[in-house]
Amino acid sequence: MNNIDVKFNLNGEPVTAVVPVTWTLLRTLREYFELTGAKEGCGVGECGACTVLIDGESVNACLYPVPEIEGKNVQTIEGLAHPDGTLDPIQQAFIENNGVQCGYCTSGMIMSAKALLEKNPQPAESDIRNAISGNICRCTGYVQIVESIAMAANMQEEK
Amino acid sequence: MTKHRYVGQNYPRTHETEKVTGKAVYIDDLKLPGMLYGKILYSSYANAKIKRIDTSRAKELPGVRAVLTGEDIPEVRVGFIKDQTVLKKGRVRQFRDEVAAVAAITPDIAQAALDLIEVEYEELPGLFDPYEALQKDAPLVHEIDARGRPMRSNILPLPWQFSAGDIEKARQESAFTVKDRVSTTWVNQCCMGPSGCVAEFDTHNNLTFYSQTNVVFGAKQRIADYFAKIGLGGKKIRVRNTVVGGSFGTKLDTDIYEFICIQLALKTRKPVKILFTREEEFKALPPRQPAVFDIEQGCDESGRLTFRHVEAVLDNGAYTSWGATTPSVMMMPISSLYRVPNVFFKATCVYTNNIYAQAMRGYGNPQATFAVETSMDRLAEAAGIDPAEFRYINRNQSNEQTPMNLKITTCGLAECIQEVKKKIAWDQKRGKQNGRGVGMASLIHVAGGARVYKSDGHGIRIKVDDEGHVDVISGGTDQGQGSFTVLAQIIAEALGFRPEDISFNIADTALALWDAGTHASRHTFIAGNAALKACQKVRRQIMEMAAKQMPKLIQMTIKRQSRKDPDFQPPDIDFSLLSDPNNLDIQERRIFLKSDPDNPYCSMDASTVLRQGLHVGTGESQTIMAEVFYDPPTEMLDRQFKGNYSMTYAFGTTGVEVEVDKQTGEVSILNMVAAHDVGKAINPTLIKGQIYGAVYTGSGYALTEEIKLQKGKVMNPNFRDYKILTAKDDIPIEAVIVELGDADGPYGAKGIGEPGLVPTAPAIANAIYDAIGVRITELPITPEKVLDAIKTKEGDAWCE
Repeated sequence: MNNIDVKFNLNGEPVTAVVPVTWTLLRTLREYFELTGAKEGCGVGECGACTVLIDGESVNACLYPVPEIEGKNVQTIEGLAHPDGTLDPIQQAFIENNGVQCGYCTSGMIMSAKALLEKNPQPAESDIRNAISGNICRCTGYVQIVESIAMAANMQEEK
Repeated sequence: MTKHRYVGQNYPRTHETEKVTGKAVYIDDLKLPGMLYGKILYSSYANAKIKRIDTSRAKELPGVRAVLTGEDIPEVRVGFIKDQTVLKKGRVRQFRDEVAAVAAITPDIAQAALDLIEVEYEELPGLFDPYEALQKDAPLVHEIDARGRPMRSNILPLPWQFSAGDIEKARQESAFTVKDRVSTTWVNQCCMGPSGCVAEFDTHNNLTFYSQTNVVFGAKQRIADYFAKIGLGGKKIRVRNTVVGGSFGTKLDTDIYEFICIQLALKTRKPVKILFTREEEFKALPPRQPAVFDIEQGCDESGRLTFRHVEAVLDNGAYTSWGATTPSVMMMPISSLYRVPNVFFKATCVYTNNIYAQAMRGYGNPQATFAVETSMDRLAEAAGIDPAEFRYINRNQSNEQTPMNLKITTCGLAECIQEVKKKIAWDQKRGKQNGRGVGMASLIHVAGGARVYKSDGHGIRIKVDDEGHVDVISGGTDQGQGSFTVLAQIIAEALGFRPEDISFNIADTALALWDAGTHASRHTFIAGNAALKACQKVRRQIMEMAAKQMPKLIQMTIKRQSRKDPDFQPPDIDFSLLSDPNNLDIQERRIFLKSDPDNPYCSMDASTVLRQGLHVGTGESQTIMAEVFYDPPTEMLDRQFKGNYSMTYAFGTTGVEVEVDKQTGEVSILNMVAAHDVGKAINPTLIKGQIYGAVYTGSGYALTEEIKLQKGKVMNPNFRDYKILTAKDDIPIEAVIVELGDADGPYGAKGIGEPGLVPTAPAIANAIYDAIGVRITELPITPEKVLDAIKTKEGDAWCE
């Protein structure tokens, strides 16, 4: 199989991946970099469990061809907390407000929320619901996820 | 009332920080050295003879380490009534039948190998309707039963029949009766984390099995039974969990893919992982058991229920998992939701060539409650009584016994109905028939364990080390509900420690004492009670150690201070008081004198005492540890299916306001109130999480979710065609917590895992009836069905 070299920024660090050209970004993250926070819940872009940020936009990594990532900035759930372990306000809010249950959708959910809050620091509830409409959750009924994201927005505001 | 420090608080899920940082290891993420990847080839037909399987090309593919068919492994029957084998030989009876399996060095190679396996079938006509399968001349799905005796029909040998009182007499004496057929369909549990497992044998053929089961000891037992039949009897089996991405019933039974994984590992002598794709989740996992109910009820002039007569037919599919046992739970609402003296219930499970079903959140209760609560609304109307009032008249009450011999100790149903009426503005909004309407439905569910096995117990071990860290070893699991946040609160409260001092080692049969399983909404109640008993012992041990060590430690402190400061005035301390453990107390890990809690000399962190008293030399060393097995004094159902199988029961009511678009048939939920009698909320935020999630899934069950089967084939195996609700569906839910306290529950708590889902669908259906006067008795209530019903009701008027 043909391998390619791709260079990009991963969670703030310049990296090179040597992977088969047919791989997706999700597979590259999970298998090459062993960053397993992004999950393959469906593999066809319907559930959002694989959501990562590419240049600040939330993207389904399971649909993203790895050659396309050249030169871009990728942020995954692993790059969200401060290196000293301090959680991002979104992560903190999910823990405090039961925004996480089984946790399988959580990485993607948090990354979608991150993309939203970067652009819209004080979103309305409908903005939040729109932003996570591509992220399916079976446990929570979304109520406490939506509340957690609103809580995170307020925490960021207070900072 | 006692003031609690942690119980009743919204303690955050700090024990699960890994889940928000991407570090939690799910089965997807688990990788062992040398691990191979297994894939399964399923049948191409719903019913066929296998004429020939050729695996030679698959075996030759580089990277393939094993290819197995039914010819390669012992033909051992598995499953609840042992009606299937692991890999099917000679005959397939459903599309999900496993005919071959491959292990390879990568998942891609395993998949490519599957494509190289040639199977030649001879298709047979299939049975896809349980009523057809019940016909006398219907072909048999199984020619012989588990014991090799010929089958005479497609009816499973499970005699689900319950009766109490005299139905005929009650029917004659009733002022009003109604009779309906109500049906529910297959829905997929849709765990976000796909199913999977890893099997690894050691040199001596002992197995370590990483799974997602919520019943680790049940899985161990089933594998042990299997081992006994394949020549591995007596080998050690260790079942342990990774982090689990949802369960909702799918992980209750040991599935065929798990036995296949074990066979591949045995064959290759390497660890093997099988991980499902989403398509497999839809096609090859047993969904919720569908059922058709013929329900008849009656009441007297004053609206009191006189009888309830229910006959159900369950499409079992081709084989049997726990779906066939859901009638044991259906019996509960049918016999015991509302006071009804005369009850008959019969369920017939029928083999077809559809995919087989099993459990999903509620375990038969959502199906049966849809029937009961649809009929309740119909009967209320027949009797000319407001449906809320009708339910109130017939409500269950504390301290009574139902016809099934369930002992209702505490019951908050009256409170739940009243709360819902108030919050949904029932009296103002009902009966307008203007496209908007309100409806309600209630539930009963087990909330203090469920004795489905001989033991409904939970063993727990709690040990405390010299740092004051508490390690809890429990055979329970967490599939997302936060079982161990709640347990941390209970243990911290009972032990006088802090939740952050407590760590959990869960779901590992090698470490834990036996547990019946984290199912049936039982964990908080059963594990909580076990923990309370263990904490009593541990606390006593710590207090005894403190009584022995604290006087010495305090004297040492005084001596040290006197040495440093010659003017130091030693405090006046009554050491005899300190030497009696009964005079000591502990809170947030600080041990102190009850009579003088603020004295700084007589107060110290538990770790100081523990370091002084634990491993301190020959003859002196001690351990602080307790293990307790709690098994509630409940009964298994007897031959008449009567018995008090839970210590307590949960009650709740859901109220809904809907708007129906009469042009499109679209139903919008404007407001939803779910009131639940939870005994005592150990963690209100987590309880609300259970209610919200269950109500949302219940709303999908009501309106959108359905596995579409065409001649046994799943036609919509993806999230595009199988519609589960998203954040944009935006259903406003209010969760109302009713706390009456239950004397048997830990700090008064009852279970709440499943109840929220149960009454959701009938509440929505009843609200639709109130809005537009049409009653949909078949789930899901799609716009097409609503439009059809409107057309039927309004006839030609609709077109104008």
